[in-house]
Amino acid sequence: MMHFLLLFSRQGKLRLQKWFLPLPERERKKIVKDMTTMVLARKPRTCNFLHWKDLKIVYKRYASLYFCCALENQDNELMALETLHRYVELLDKYFGNVCELDIIFNFEKAYFILDELLMGGEIQETSKLSIVKSIEASDMLQETMEEYMSKPAF
Amino acid sequence: MTDFLNIALLFIQYTVMTPSVRLQEMIRVIRSARTQGEERGIIQRECADIRSQFRQGDNGERSHSLAKLLYVHMLGYPAHFGQMECVRLIASPRYSEKRIGYLGAMMLLDEKQDASLLITNSIKNDLSHSSQYVQSLALCTLACMGSAEMCRDLAPEIERLLRASHSYIKKKATLCAVHIIRKVPELAELFTPSARTLLSEKNHGVLHGAVVLITELCERNPDTLVQFRKAVPELVQIMKGLVTSSYSPEHNVAGISDPFLQVRILRLLRILGHNNDTASDAMNDLLAQVATNTDSSKTAGSAVLYETVLTIMDINSESGLRVLAVNILGRFLLNNDRNIRYISMTSLQKIVQTDHNAVQRHRGTIVDCLKDQDTSVKRRALELSLALVSAVNIRSMMKELLIFLSVCPPELRSQTASGIFNAAERYSPSKRWHIDTILHVLTTAGGDVRDETVPNLIQLITTASELHCYTVHKLYRALIKDIAQQSLVQVACWCIGEYGDLLLKGECEEIEPVQVTEDDILDALETVLQSHMSSPATRGFALTATMKLSTRITDNVDRIRSIVSIYGSCIDLELQQRAVEYNALFKKYDHMRAAVLERMPVMDKNSPGHTNGDTSGEIKEPDTSKPKPVEAGLLSEPASQVCDLLDLLGGTDTPLQPSPAPTSTPTTTSSADLLDLLGGLEIKPVPTVSVYEKNGLSLKIQCDKQTETEVTVTLIASNSTQNDITNFTLQAAVPKSVQLQMKAPSGNVIPAHGLGQVTQTVLLNNPNKVSLKMRIRVAYSNQGAMHQDTVQIDSFPSAACQPSFSPL
Repeated sequence: MMHFLLLFSRQGKLRLQKWFLPLPERERKKIVKDMTTMVLARKPRTCNFLHWKDLKIVYKRYASLYFCCALENQDNELMALETLHRYVELLDKYFGNVCELDIIFNFEKAYFILDELLMGGEIQETSKLSIVKSIEASDMLQETMEEYMSKPAF
Repeated sequence: MTDFLNIALLFIQYTVMTPSVRLQEMIRVIRSARTQGEERGIIQRECADIRSQFRQGDNGERSHSLAKLLYVHMLGYPAHFGQMECVRLIASPRYSEKRIGYLGAMMLLDEKQDASLLITNSIKNDLSHSSQYVQSLALCTLACMGSAEMCRDLAPEIERLLRASHSYIKKKATLCAVHIIRKVPELAELFTPSARTLLSEKNHGVLHGAVVLITELCERNPDTLVQFRKAVPELVQIMKGLVTSSYSPEHNVAGISDPFLQVRILRLLRILGHNNDTASDAMNDLLAQVATNTDSSKTAGSAVLYETVLTIMDINSESGLRVLAVNILGRFLLNNDRNIRYISMTSLQKIVQTDHNAVQRHRGTIVDCLKDQDTSVKRRALELSLALVSAVNIRSMMKELLIFLSVCPPELRSQTASGIFNAAERYSPSKRWHIDTILHVLTTAGGDVRDETVPNLIQLITTASELHCYTVHKLYRALIKDIAQQSLVQVACWCIGEYGDLLLKGECEEIEPVQVTEDDILDALETVLQSHMSSPATRGFALTATMKLSTRITDNVDRIRSIVSIYGSCIDLELQQRAVEYNALFKKYDHMRAAVLERMPVMDKNSPGHTNGDTSGEIKEPDTSKPKPVEAGLLSEPASQVCDLLDLLGGTDTPLQPSPAPTSTPTTTSSADLLDLLGGLEIKPVPTVSVYEKNGLSLKIQCDKQTETEVTVTLIASNSTQNDITNFTLQAAVPKSVQLQMKAPSGNVIPAHGLGQVTQTVLLNNPNKVSLKMRIRVAYSNQGAMHQDTVQIDSFPSAACQPSFSPL
């Protein structure tokens, strides 16, 4: 199971954090700091896997954002890379040529998409099409309600 | 001017504009802050605004405010005042408010907050909501932050959803069940029946969730695992379907059909097939098929192959399949993708012990990976290379490892050095090669070796008596080149002190002859003594070596005398003490100087604690001498006297053997002789008195007086029966005024036929100087029967308690 998933910029600013384990706030802040330090220190042509405490850290850089997740020992690291890639593809499909700014200004949508891909630290849906359809349907539900109430979304 | 404009704009923004500044607007404003202080100010204002929004109650703006708060929280600012708002929003009938409320709950609430319990009821209601998207929100939140109580409360609901609903909800309910089981393992039984039926689902999302659920159930309960073994054929069928199916665009990733599901099924098969022949047989064909047919040109395919290999190695697969798996790993080693090389080596590391020969075939590639750019890859390659060293390839491997040592990153040096020592220890083809290798390591990475290296090397050198000349020449040359590597310098000083006469001789078969004069040697030692690079320990070595040379050289004894007397007033206490003692040796005891400083006897490498310190601790020292009693951490008096002598003569700082030639008679008599030479100190070897002999178990004691009131009693138990004595324990009681401290025993198994002993040390403090008595109770098992007995020791033989020897 995945313990957490983080997105941060090249300057170490956090853009998204998903925790699948209950940890106190202070602990989370420390982990974020450790991850950003460790991952940003990696040289360009090194492998995408690290060891940290008893977890395997898998990270991948997409443009200006680092996607970083922590796995347990029995988890398949190569599959985790595929999972991160799947998430990026979904974001790309949703926002159309996604860039960091999209995720900054629409962070709540990034979370909603993530919640359709992962749950409890595990993959919940393996079909990209299915996820895209669910997101569209939920957004539609929100918009219709909002239109009805004649108030804009966030 | 622009600053003023900015400030004016901000002012207008916050006072004139409507309170519902959109989320994105706020984000833009925050990002435009140029300093940390400015940002803090903006955040403070926004939070104040958000707080007042929350207080206003339902006005349609609450979700915007919470969203803003969540953004602020992500920047690292406190947001706990939003927790109750999350609870309220979750309870709202509006989907947009629920959506953001649940997101807020997942971000701000965790099971430790009290507020989390308050949403249990809302979740319960939403689980039965008419809209599946609302149900989905509830399920997702429960699976993310549900506490044990919440899980217990809602488990029946989840179980119902597993069975009765649409696949969108079913897949989510399945993963929610996984979370519940992780939190409350006892609830596993609730989900086991449904899990089985879920395997017949067609929907991949549900199937994936089902496999995860079954994996979790099997990992937690061995009985459930046995139950699910029956599902192996079904799982094999599903996998076959995936592997051979025609192109399905929905699940296809780089030519592999649903690699996510394939990997999970393989992992479940691994658990089910482990240690079970029937299950393993049932999956053999499938694994062979996946291994041969999966295209590994992209990551997805490699991931599936990787999982397949792990599964093959972990079940009872036939040997052909295992070879196939190792070959796949070998192929991975040659892959351009660094990630694949890395995981290949991690996997090879796991199997190098069990499938050693198969992995050996890929040794060349592994050694090449030592040259990779990536430190993680280098580290893996190092571990694997060390595991692959054998008697056959030791020379070539050592060449590679030594090259690696000279260029490896600093964080790997210590590991490399100890690995090299270990390998040399086990497989060195000749003593000379061994010594050369160690010297090479000390010259290259002397600062990164462990402390035991110095005494170990010295011991090795003493045993290679034919190489003394060669060794001392090599060390001397290394010493004059560079005195920065402390371990090298220490060994060199010791050797020069010991074998200085050989150094002076000049010729030695294996090195070009170089004329070394006595002055040269003394210069070298003095340089070490005076250099600021030398550690105190090193200087101790050098001083002792200088002293020892006084009997090995002829012309410059005066020079030595003067060096020694200078250091008599050295600030370093250790050096000063040594110098003073050596001075005494020159002045008062000159007649015995030759005997005191003569050649050291060959040292025995005996106890397990004496290995060349490797973390993996795989080495079992071949017991070269007849089985000796294992005495861990025990120092009996004569042994410590021997150590003190060694200290006086040998200049080694660490006592060489914690359990030295366990008071075997030859050593004791020689030490007694030397002590006699030093004049007038009575030391009799401490006798062992037998106090108990029954049923083959015999107990002896040795006792030594440490001070006027302290006595160390050593209890030695041995077993002359045919069977081992196990669970052996000793308890002791003494008169009231005496204080007793029992040290840990050396073990609790006494081998049969007197082949071994168990010893235990007891420290007694007798401040009132009463007559010492002790009652000992022994308890043990022999041939399955429990025995217990008591023995009373009424008088400790006074002859056995001798005053201890204290050095000069």
